[in-house]
This record gives sequence, structure tokens and C-alpha cells, in this order.
Amino acid sequence: MKYEIVIGLETHVELATESKIFCSCGGHSNHGEPNDCVCPACCGMPGMLPVTNKHVVELAVMAGLMLNCEINRCTTFDKKSYYYPDLPCAYQITQWFHPICTNGLVEVETKNGISKIGIKQIHMEEDAGKLVHDDWSDTTLVDFNRTSVPLIEIVSRPDFRSAEEVLAYLEKLKSIFRFANISECEEGAMRCDVNISIRPEGSTELGVRTEIKNMSSLSSIERAIKYETARHMDALERQTEVLVQETRRWDDIKGKTFSMRNKETAADYRYFPDPNLMPIVIDDEWLAKIKADMPASPEEKAAEYRELGVSDKEIELLISKRNLCDLFDALRGKGCAVADIVSWILTECAGVLRKKGQVLDELRISADKLARIIAMTSSNEITRGAGRKILVAVLDNDVDPDKFCEENNLAAQGDESLINDVVKKVIAENEAAVKDYLGGKTKAFQALFGGCMKQLRGNGDPAIIRTQLENELAKLG
Amino acid sequence: MKEYITKTGSGNIAVDDTLLTKGIETTAGSKILSGFVPLFSADAVERAEKAGYTVAGKTNVGEFGLDLVGEFSYYNDGDEILHGAAAELIAKGEIKGALEVDLNGAPRRAAALSGTDFIKPTYGTVSRYGVIPCACSGEQVGAAAADAQETKKLLTAIAGHDGKDGTSLPAESYDYACGKEIAGMKVGVITQLFDTASEETKAVIKNYAEKLKALGIAVEDVSVEEISAAQSAWQILMAAETCNNVSRYDGVKFGYRTPNYKNIDELYIGSRTEGMNLLTKATVLYGSDVLSKGRYFTCYDKALKVRRVVADKFKELFKAYDALLVPACGKTEYKKYDIGKAFETVYEESAYTAVPNLIGIPAMVTGGVQLMADHFGENILFKIAESAEGTDK
Repeated sequence: MKYEIVIGLETHVELATESKIFCSCGGHSNHGEPNDCVCPACCGMPGMLPVTNKHVVELAVMAGLMLNCEINRCTTFDKKSYYYPDLPCAYQITQWFHPICTNGLVEVETKNGISKIGIKQIHMEEDAGKLVHDDWSDTTLVDFNRTSVPLIEIVSRPDFRSAEEVLAYLEKLKSIFRFANISECEEGAMRCDVNISIRPEGSTELGVRTEIKNMSSLSSIERAIKYETARHMDALERQTEVLVQETRRWDDIKGKTFSMRNKETAADYRYFPDPNLMPIVIDDEWLAKIKADMPASPEEKAAEYRELGVSDKEIELLISKRNLCDLFDALRGKGCAVADIVSWILTECAGVLRKKGQVLDELRISADKLARIIAMTSSNEITRGAGRKILVAVLDNDVDPDKFCEENNLAAQGDESLINDVVKKVIAENEAAVKDYLGGKTKAFQALFGGCMKQLRGNGDPAIIRTQLENELAKLG
Repeated sequence: MKEYITKTGSGNIAVDDTLLTKGIETTAGSKILSGFVPLFSADAVERAEKAGYTVAGKTNVGEFGLDLVGEFSYYNDGDEILHGAAAELIAKGEIKGALEVDLNGAPRRAAALSGTDFIKPTYGTVSRYGVIPCACSGEQVGAAAADAQETKKLLTAIAGHDGKDGTSLPAESYDYACGKEIAGMKVGVITQLFDTASEETKAVIKNYAEKLKALGIAVEDVSVEEISAAQSAWQILMAAETCNNVSRYDGVKFGYRTPNYKNIDELYIGSRTEGMNLLTKATVLYGSDVLSKGRYFTCYDKALKVRRVVADKFKELFKAYDALLVPACGKTEYKKYDIGKAFETVYEESAYTAVPNLIGIPAMVTGGVQLMADHFGENILFKIAESAEGTDK
């Protein structure tokens, strides 16, 4: 019999806010020593009260808009009760009854075409802390840095039919959220619960479902889906076991899933509305402001760049990271030509970073300074080589381009008689190249041009060199 | 009875032990919080200090404020005749006033039994920042003193917006002056609460009603069918919220930890079993039940709906009456009783006190009786109480 896999995802995404969701502690969990980013509120001390971080609401609305959701204008927080040492209050503040966004849709592309994935809801919640087991002393330690870090949970409908679709969906969420600065989506900042079942192809009923909890790496997700699918098929085809609705854990080293708890032992979370947090009302004015602040989607940006004549390959590189698009747009705003912008970002900046062992994602440069370098080179004030030297200095020490140029004598040599002497000297010393050029090999011109530039230590005005070289060669021809 | 848990020296007000005081052990009357020294003071305490009051010390409360007047504190010596610690100190003239948390009527009953004054203000007017939380949707910090004028002064000092409490109302401060003339006011006596009270209590109410009539206030009986639904609804909400709030005391982070455990489950169960009394446990069980799957919609959610119905009913009532006059508790004296009966006993008494907690209206105890008014009607309550007290002098 042919089977069909049915998968639904619950995806937790850590939001890129300055502070935690209900207190003013710094928002990011991946920094510093354990418990150096905590306060009485996120430690669960009695007497502290939660106050909602408005930025969290705004980012959740943005995420909802980008995933084509309905935004619920009145949304509330609920308490979910369970005991675990990483949960200081023994309850998590989440949204159970009235989530902020519902009924969205995402299109994902795989080699089999485009699939539509429904979004059931997006809700806001606080993260829990972290338990660290110390094998040496056989104790478990608690780190509350991550407690109350804001999350959104995106609950999909069971619309996935393959692991490929799941991966394409997660990649798409990552690119959208990183692009809109909703989340950094760094390692561990995006975690998934995968709900999986199989059924005979053509059937409309769902099979017995298992949930694999808390996975953050795409390759593990793919392997876990493949393992679970095979396990379910074995159970149905060869009666290797009886499937039960349960929660399982993926062991990446063993390459297997293990049962954590089944339906009978599942916790009753006793959800109820949190009386300490008033309902959040998103009125027209606020929604309009969020929409106005919302950046274009990666698709919209790509279309805009295509219109400007940027190639598909270059677009792909540019829209991989929001900072590059922001830089691109800023340079456009300062009057730089599109071709110059593309080559300075993707060739020159990328080259300098590569030498430093960095990638374009890490590019941090003032648009003003890069625009100045581009302006100086395109007007032949300096050569491209000199521009590159200035770029290195700007990226290393954030120097002022004009000042650096002056201090290092990088201004292009525009002395016509000096250049003329050099041109004549190079022609005299490179008989072979001259002969080639006159014989029709136009490429030889570059060699002669390069020779002149070398003699001028890279600072010759390229336009003057070109004209003079052409004139002198014409005399010989 | 052990009135002070901690003495800080001279001062003119007491702070009950469900309110955090920086650097002073705060236990909410429970063993589970023994040794807990807060890092900050409650907003109400800070405001009182800013207004010139000084904290004389902490007064004992029943564990988490859940009992009648403080009889089931872990730190209790246990007197034969029950009375509240703060109210008794005020009655003796040892302190000028006290800040007390009212989540199920304990400070109101205590004031009625000691013949002192206490006001539970409109929900959201006094910050709950620094209140050891139990029933967040209805508990409020109130002010106690020997008479209405002092009570008003203390409440004025502590009321006002606090950005640290998401349910705090926006007004920066409240002026409790009342422009309305006493003569011509109308007060209703809720028959359902009058009829169930003891003969002694009925006499106190009748006596107070006569005083009001002498001041030119019209007093008449009014039937409010919703009283028993309100009582049940508050029991459900109060217990559910308490169950959730006290679940943070697990022996891991602060307070009492059992010495006998081999794993995390034993640590939780042992610390909580040894650290909390039977009344708290009964409340937690009841609260857990009304929130559980299958019960939520028939209990908790229904209680939220009852809250709305009761609020609407009282809005109507306050169109006809300036205030309502009811007992604060069913009897004029309570004797020590077995904790096994506490859950039912407190529930029975909560009929008199539940409505103000449930719907957030102000309630004042004065001259042994309880007066209720519409939201922000504290000025009416103070005016009536001051006038009635004036006739005593």
C-alpha cells in the first residue's frame, strides 16, 4: 500500500527585542554568564507583576502580516501551569484562548512545485530557563537568563506531505524573520515541535500522531521525520508495534526517537486568563503604524532590484541579509550608480571580509563612508586600488575616507606630463605587448595599462592613462 | 497571639505580612516562605513612607490571608477569641494605622471584630506591586485606622498609578472629598446578608441604620438574589488564582525546603506538604479542580460570566443607592476552631465580603458594619463613616 505522510509544525521563534517580554531585563539569552540577565520578576519572586513589552506585540503582528494572517484586534494572555525547575513561577504566560494572529498561509517551493501551508495561529509567550546538568558533581543547575525571553509560536495546519516541504517552510520563515528583523534566527533561536502521522494515500482520516519535541537543527528535523515515517510504516505494515498518541524525543547521536510521555500521562495545563495582564487592544492607529514600520518582504525587495537591472545571482546574495539591502538602499539614496553599489558590496566588501575570515552577514559599514569611496573612484579622484585601500581602513578602523586618502597620498596622479613620460617608458619596455596590440590583440591594452598603473604605484588617473596610451599607440600604428 | 513578626523599632503604621518590606522577612504567615527577605518594598509601603508614615513592623496574617482573621498563621500562638493582629494593635492605640491586603475579607472581618476602620478601595487604585499574590483579579491593599479620617489619610497616601502594575488605573492620585450632602442620601440593606447574620450582628446593623436615619439618610431593605452566585464565583476565581500563584513555592528558589528528598519530585512534594497548612492545601486542590480539563467551562469560565452579571446588577443598585449596608461577618465573636473546618467556615463567611473582591468595588468597615459603594465611591463611604462616627463623639 502507498502511504502519505501528514506533518504539522509548531515553530518557536525568539524575538529580537531589546528586553524580555514582561520585565526590563535584556532580551537575549545567548550571552554572558549564567543568571547575569535576571531580575526578581523573571526569577518568579512573589510580589512582582508582569508588564507587557509593546515591541513584542508589534513584532508578532508583523510576523502575522508577513504570513498572511488575520490580526486579532483584542488579544489576551493566559497562564499555563506545570512544574519544572526551569519555570520559576510554575506557570508560563502564553496565549491559549485569544491568540494574536490566526488563519495565515505560506507558499513554499520544492522540486515538486509550490505547496500551500496553512497557519492555524501565531501566539506570543515567554520562554523558560535552561537546566544544565553537571555530571562531575551529579547536580542540575538552573540558568534563568532565557526565562521570559519573548517568543512567538507559529502553529501550522497539518499541510506538509514531505520532509522537503518542512525544510523549505522553515528556510522561508527564517529568511522572512531575519529580513524583517523580527528574529535573528540564530542557532537555537528557532525550535520546532513536529507532529507526524501517516495514512494510506487517498484517505481523508488522520493516522495516530506522534509529536517530536524541541528540535532546532534542520538536518535533525529531516532525519527525525524520516525515522518516524519508517517507524510508523513498519508498525502498520509489519505490526512491529502498536502506535499510540505520544510525545517523543529525538536522540541525534543514536538517530532514533524515544517516548517521553503518552496521552494518559500528559499534563493538564489548567489554562486560564492571566488577571495581571489587561487585554491588548490593537486599534486602527496602532496597526497602521506597525504596517508603516514594516520593511518590504524579501520577495518585494527582489522584484525592486530586478527592476533596477541587478542580476538574479546578485539579488540572491543581497536579500540573504537585511543589512545588505539597507546598505544598498542607503547608497542608492546617496546617488551611487546601481552597478557601482553591487560591485562595491558584493566584490570589494565581500573580498575584504573574506580576507578577515568573515562573511557578508557581518558587514557593518557606514553608508556615508562607502558612498564617499564610491564617489571618489567613479569620478577618478582615486583609482579603484586606492579605493580598496581606503575600504580596508574604514572596515578596520572606521577612518574618515578623505582624511585617510590625503594622509596616504592616495589621490589619483593627474599630472599629464608625468603620465606621458610613464606611458612612453612602458611602451618602450614592452615591445611584445605593443606588437600584439597593433596586431589586433586588444587584450594587450590591459597589460600596458596595468604596467603604467604599476609605475604610478596604483595612483595614476585611469582616464588620463587610457587616453594617453591610446594616443601614443595610435602614433605607432 | 504573636502580633509582630519583626520589630523595626518605632513607627506609626504596621504592614501586614503579605506585603513585601525590603530587608524585613516577609512570610505571608506561611512556613513555606520562612526566611524570605524581599529585595524591595511594596509600592503601597513606599508611598506611605514618602507621605511621612514610618513602618513600626510587620503584623501577622493567616497563611496567605486565606482564613477568617489570621487564626491559621504558621507563626500563630493561637488565642481562644479570634482577632486580627493589625486591627487589634490599632484598637489598643499602639499604632496609628496599617496596610493590609484584602483578598477574601480577612481585614474587613478583623476591623469589624475590633471596632476599628478598614477600607478595601476600588480595584486598580492601589498598586499590587509587592503584594504576595494569591487572588490577583480581586485582591487589593487597603488602609486600616482607628477612625474614618485617619483611614482616608492613609488611603490617600498609598493610592495612585504605578507603572509596575499592569492593572493599575491611570489617575496619579485620588481626592476623596465628597461634595454630596449627607442628608438625602439613600442606603440599602441587602436582606440576603442581613437575614443570615446572628442576632447580635443584626442588632449592630439596626443600630447603625438608626444612626444613618438620624443624619437624614434614607435606609431601606433591598433584595439582591445574586449574592450567593457572587459568593460561589469568588470562591472559584480566588481558589484558582491562589492555586496558580502559590505553585511557585517549590522549595527550589527561596523559602522552606524539606530536608528529606532524593529527587526533584520528592523535593517539590515534601517542601509543599510540610510548608503549607491544610486550608492552603484545600484551596489549592479546589482551585486546581475548577481549572482542570472538563471543569474549566462549567466552573471557572462560568464564574467569569457570573462576575459580569453581578457587576451589572450592582451598577443598577448604585443608581438607586449611594451605598449598601451589610454585615462584614455573620457573628460578633469567633472562637478558635479546628483547621479541618476552615475551608467551609471561611466560605460561609465570604458571603458578606465576596462581592467587593469579585467586582472591584470599594468596601469600608466602620462601627462594626460594612458599607459598599460603586467604583470610585470611596468618598461617599468616608463621608458616611465620618458623619456616623461624629454622632458618637
